[in-house]
This record gives sequence, structure tokens and C-alpha cells, in this order.
Amino acid sequence: MPLDNELVQRLKARFGDAIREATLDRKQAIVTIAAEQLREISRYCRDDEKFDMLVDLTAVDWPKREKRFDVVLILYSFAKNERVRLKAHAGENEPVPSVCEIWPAANWLERECYDMFGIVFEGHPKLTRILMPDEWQGYPLRKDYDILKQDTDWVRENLGIESGQ
Amino acid sequence: MSDPRTTELTNVSTTVLGADEIILNMGPQHPSTHGVLRVKLKLDGERVVDSECIIGYLHRGVEKIAEHRSYQQFAPYVDRMDYVAAVSNGLGYCEAVEKLLGAEAPLRARVVRTILTELQRIASHLLWLGTHALDIGALTPVFYCFREREEILKIFEKYCGARLTTHAFRIGGLQYETYDGFEQDVKRFCDDFTHRIDEYETLLTENRIWVGRTKGVGILSAADAIALGVTGPVLRASGVKWDLRKAMPYAAYDQYKFEIPTRETGDTYDRYVVRMEEMRQSRLICLQAIENIPAGPIMARIGKVLKPPPGEVYHSIEAPKGELGYYIVSDGTTQPYRVRVRPPSFINLQAFDKMARGSLVADVVAIIGTIDIVLGEVDR
Repeated sequence: MPLDNELVQRLKARFGDAIREATLDRKQAIVTIAAEQLREISRYCRDDEKFDMLVDLTAVDWPKREKRFDVVLILYSFAKNERVRLKAHAGENEPVPSVCEIWPAANWLERECYDMFGIVFEGHPKLTRILMPDEWQGYPLRKDYDILKQDTDWVRENLGIESGQ
Repeated sequence: MSDPRTTELTNVSTTVLGADEIILNMGPQHPSTHGVLRVKLKLDGERVVDSECIIGYLHRGVEKIAEHRSYQQFAPYVDRMDYVAAVSNGLGYCEAVEKLLGAEAPLRARVVRTILTELQRIASHLLWLGTHALDIGALTPVFYCFREREEILKIFEKYCGARLTTHAFRIGGLQYETYDGFEQDVKRFCDDFTHRIDEYETLLTENRIWVGRTKGVGILSAADAIALGVTGPVLRASGVKWDLRKAMPYAAYDQYKFEIPTRETGDTYDRYVVRMEEMRQSRLICLQAIENIPAGPIMARIGKVLKPPPGEVYHSIEAPKGELGYYIVSDGTTQPYRVRVRPPSFINLQAFDKMARGSLVADVVAIIGTIDIVLGEVDR
């Protein structure tokens, strides 16, 4: 369902084409934006629209799409008691601007996103793996990451047998 | 309060001692890191100048598992994240999927859910209080806390057969009716519990050692807390009166009267006071709820095979540790396309560095305890 409230109108007036789409899904507002403008839009949302808390930052992988990742930011405003979800599309080797300097909370969340999806956040102070070991190969939450392959390969290599899984 | 230790230590500058900075590794095998947290501390004498949390030792790929299970099959897994507050985890997940389906649990189910979740909050806070006090050196409270927690776990066991990883709720409502005498059990516990909290308070609240070890330790300002995304008792102790049960009511919270306790300073002592008061408020919610559990069905009509229409939803609840959110994307099949958990412990732990910088190495233990983390949830 398309969404056209005051917030969206203000965003469109200020950022024009960078606001790609605004929808309402199960009564929740989702604004799709251009990834290049993520930092500017985030700063505007925090300072002018009073979305002072970054609740969550994550990603969703759609491998068949041209730009496979959705980077999703969930923002909350204490003043308005309202949430909004910003969504930016990113291709496989396309860096996304980091929002760490806007919300320090993004630090670990972006690291987790990098760890799980391999999305690079440009301007992040220390983008390293956070949950997986540093030497880990691959990005576990990508859709083409097979959960059994790593095990069967390890068993074949180290035990010289075929895994029973 | 002026702490003699602090003043003494600030006067000793490093140039006089000529001491080098050293790196101290703490954990992952350390009794006071509450699991498998590893902290790398950079120390200048007794002072922490920098810290780094190294996590992931308990990573099980819960979010990946979700993509390979049906909606119902995944429900028991969420209990294994914050395993000391499994009921709260289950509530968040079930409500998120219900929202995704466009369904709502019947009122009776929501009231029972509220009671069990509030009991779980008390149980979680009791475990926190016991271990936190133990970390700082008060050996007694842990025995009392576990005694009362046991009573709550007994109620869970009588209700659904499990004590810790309960899987108490189902998507759409409840699996089980309450047992005969449920209300009496909850009432007996609540009546008893008010004296118990007073008992803990006599042990700690005005205890010189406790006050000395917690006041002024690990201060987090409200602005920092918000910027770092900190929620739950830690945020409220910094002076932000915000609780999801009031801000965006879920389950049956809109029907009960309760207060949101807050404090101003945001130090370890304030977080202690806030959690103690929260237990009292949880008790009041339970007492109000058992007065009148409405009759009616306990399960919504949602069908056996769940196929939520394509789309996405974010739903969060006030778990004992903070905002626990589930972001679920459906592609119209029986398995979720993506489940993202917004873990309060993970995000609150990020504030550790801010709180620990400049404190004494002995206080690091108090600061880890006061954030109230569960590594199962940090690492997922």
C-alpha cells in the first residue's frame, strides 16, 4: 500500500528522487531510499525529524534481484513515539555509507551485517567480523550459503569419508 | 559520594609511576563474564583506558536456522537465545508472526501471556540480582534469589512441563489451558514476594560495601544511552522514562496500572534500584491480572499450515533486558524468508566501553553484571 504522509512529503521535498518509494506494510511505514544518500537522509531523520534512536540495522538478501541486498534501518522517535523503516538497495560489491557517526549504535550492527552478508560499510571505524571467527570463509546469511557444504567439505578433507548428513 | 579510593587514585599520575599500559585479557572462561564474553582491557595501572568486547563464542546461527524451518518449528529456538527469559522471547516471536498473519490471540490467551511474562521478568531480574551481587562480593543474596526464582519455575513447570526453555506460547495463542490452582499459585507467590524484596533490600540497599562498589560506577548519560541504542532498565536508570509496555502496548498491558521506575544518574546503583522497583511493579501486574482472567478460547483460528502473505513486519516487546524485536520477512511460503532478532543484550553490551573507560579494573566486573547480558542472546 503506498504511503503519503507528512514525513514522506517532507522527505520528498528535500531529497527528491533519492526517496524511491514509500509504502505501508501491516500499518508500518517503509521508505525506500537511494543508498548513496543514506547518510544525508539519516542525518536529516535524526536531527530534523527527531528519530533519535537507531533501533536496528540489518539486511535481507534477494539473490535474483539486480541489486541483491536490502539494507534495513529501523528508526524510533521518542518525541513522536513512532517507528520508520529506511531501506536501501545495494549490489554485491557496492559499498554502503556507514551511519556510525550519526548513531554510534550502528557500529556493531554494521559489523554484524558485514559478517553475515559481506556488505561493506564505507566510513566504518573498524569493519571486521564480529560473531564469526576472523578467518571464516563466506557470509552465512546469504541465500546461496549452504549450511551443509562447510560440514561435508570438512569431513571429507579431515576424515577422508563422505559425511552422513 | 566521594569515594576515598577514587580520589586517592586520581592523584597518582602515571608519570610519577612511569607505568606502561598493559593489555589484560578477561574471559571467555571467567566466572563473572556471565558466559563466554571475552573482554580485552587496556590498563594504565588500575585504570581502564580502552576496552574491546570479543563475542561470538556462542554463535549458533539462529537466524539462518529460521530460514530452514516452518514458522511453528522455529518457535522453540527463540527460547534458546535469552535462556533465562525464554517466555519473553517466545512472546515476542509469537506476536510478531501473528502480526505478520494479521491475526490476534484471544484476550484470555493474552492475559495468561502477560502473567507468565511478568513472572519471567521477575525470575530474570532475580537471577541478575543474585549473580551481580555475587560478582561484587555479596555471597548471600544469590541463595535467596534462587529460592524465589525456583517458585516461579515451579509455576512454569506446572503450566507447560518445562522450567527454562519453556516454549510456553504458540503462534495464535496458547497450547495449554491454565491448570487448576494457577491463580492461587501466582497469588501465593506474589503475596510472599513483597516481603522477599524487602529482605533483599535490607541486605544491599544501604549496605556500605554495596553502595561503595556501585555508586558512581559505570555512569551512562541519557544522551549516550539513546545514541548507543540502549534500552530496558539501563536506559531507564539514565533518566529516560520509556518502556515499550506503555509506549506501544502489546499482550494485555494496556489493561493494567503500573509505574515505570526511573533514576537520574545512570550508575550501577541506579540500575540496581530500577530493577528492584521493576520487580515490584511486575508483581502488581500479576496480581491485577489474576483477579480477572477472562473466559473464552485460548487459540485464534489461524489454521495448521501458516502461510503469511508476502511482506514484512517488525514487532518488539519489553523483554527483561530491553527492547527485543523480531523483523520477519515472508515470501508467502511456509518458511520465513528472513528472521532478524534485535537482541537487547547485544546492543546494550555495546555501551560497555563507554561505561568502563576510566573505571578501575575491579569495577569492570560490576559493569558487566549491571548491563545484564545473556551471551546466548548476544551471540545467537
